[in-house]
Amino acid sequence: MTSDVESVVSRAKNNRNLHRQKAVQVFGYILVWLCGILAVAAVFWIIGYVLSQGLRVINLEFLTTRPAGGVSGEGGMSTTIVTTLYLVILTIVIATPLGIGAAIYLVEYAGDASRESRVVAFLVKAARTGVEILAGVPSIIFGLFGFALFVSYLKLGFSLLSASLSGAALILPTIIRTSEEALLTVPRSYREGSLSLGATKWYTIFNVVLPTAMPGIVTGIVLSVGRIIAETAIFWVTLGGSYHLPKSIMNSGRSMALHVYMLASETRAFDKAMGTASILIITIIILNLTINIVSRRLTERVTGKE
Amino acid sequence: MANNNHNPYKFVVEDLEVCYGDFRALKDVDLNIYANAVTSVIGPSGCGKSTFLRAFNRMNDLIPNVSNKGVIKKDGKALDELDIVDLRLSVGMIFQRPNPFPKSIFDNVAYGPRSHGLKSLPELEEIVERSLRQAVLWDEVKDTLKKSALALSGGQRQRLCIARALAVEPDVLLMDEPASALDPIATLKIEELIQVLKQDYTIIIVTHNMQQAARASDYTAFFNMDDDRAGYLVEFGETSKVFTFPQKKLTEDYISGRFG
Repeated sequence: MTSDVESVVSRAKNNRNLHRQKAVQVFGYILVWLCGILAVAAVFWIIGYVLSQGLRVINLEFLTTRPAGGVSGEGGMSTTIVTTLYLVILTIVIATPLGIGAAIYLVEYAGDASRESRVVAFLVKAARTGVEILAGVPSIIFGLFGFALFVSYLKLGFSLLSASLSGAALILPTIIRTSEEALLTVPRSYREGSLSLGATKWYTIFNVVLPTAMPGIVTGIVLSVGRIIAETAIFWVTLGGSYHLPKSIMNSGRSMALHVYMLASETRAFDKAMGTASILIITIIILNLTINIVSRRLTERVTGKE
Repeated sequence: MANNNHNPYKFVVEDLEVCYGDFRALKDVDLNIYANAVTSVIGPSGCGKSTFLRAFNRMNDLIPNVSNKGVIKKDGKALDELDIVDLRLSVGMIFQRPNPFPKSIFDNVAYGPRSHGLKSLPELEEIVERSLRQAVLWDEVKDTLKKSALALSGGQRQRLCIARALAVEPDVLLMDEPASALDPIATLKIEELIQVLKQDYTIIIVTHNMQQAARASDYTAFFNMDDDRAGYLVEFGETSKVFTFPQKKLTEDYISGRFG
């Protein structure tokens, strides 16, 4: 028995083909490693460059002073931080209920409704396809839409409201899709268990299905927050670009990303653009870390591994 | 065993037929379910056992394109005429895989009463304790009621699901292979529990396990499927008779392990 095994092993060792396979494997291994290192290096290089240029101008004064405008780009970035915060909160408040509601409809109700009526089936299919397509549409298209509808036609002007409504349209597909996927991962047995206890469908959705899907839904929302912080073009044509602090949702404003763009393209203060960009990058990094922590906590709570 | 008062039957099933779209899953079932007894439903895979069981709390209604013929009467009233919430309150269900919600043990048991509007904490606490005691789980979890139900073992989870079903005070329990995902010791505990529960509840249990049917049930219904894969009832009777003197050759072949 042992000798058989040994002979197989020794034959395999002498096999030239095996040597070649090993060489190929090592080569492939190196190649994959190189790709990985290159990709990571590129990211670190970009972030490192921006931070090394930007951190020099960042100090308490830069963070707490208002931008002063003009081609010299005087002042700090304080109002853009606050405006970004306003923009994110308002956009999420508009988009989240709509997005989660749409996802609930698509997952929990659309199936039954589609079977009952062909028109509904067609509409549901159109809505699904629409969401898919919209998820891939460039943000400037949403910007143009927002400009045409909210800014011009509805006469909301360049304002936080116009920008948030357009931003909501931009992130809705993401929220709908991530929520839909999260709802679909909730086991059918949870729904059946709840219904078998005499609970209504509505009660089941709000007390079993949604809480279980929450980690996925929250991840989608936080990703969308990142998107709102990072987008520029869409807010250029809906938020305007006033460096004053918006006093109401009808005022124009300037988000951090927009500030970077305006400093870089219209002023001589390239260093301040880098400084603002650094804050932007740091915010995004913190946001991503938060997603990981929050979604892990929620998942632990849902799966009971405390 | 059988209740000898004027109406010994909890359910009367007449000409039941269940179709999923064009596929007939169950046909021509006529059967009476005795109250306060355990009726086991046995038969080969795909013979419509689960479909039959899920007809009693109209769980089949959740499946698209399902259609029913015939009637099931509970205490003399047709199921279709009962309010679905009332029906499911009085007919609890235990699933094949234990399916506690990702909530605390307490919240799992309190789920049913809460969903019907009970908010008072003392009352909920009373219901939770009573239900967990009935399911013989109280002593194991009384100090960890706030912990996630998903931290329990498989057998404990299934008893939690039983407690959860008992909390809404049903008079019937439907069990769909309740022990098939459990180890032998946990299985034994569930079977012992069934023996206690049958004093107060009418129990219908689907099982793959012949010994379990023989051990745990008072009546046995044997299902098979015809050439079109439609399930039908082959034989129904007292478990002791079905297992020792089966009336049909098919039943004998099945319980002696010749097919299935």
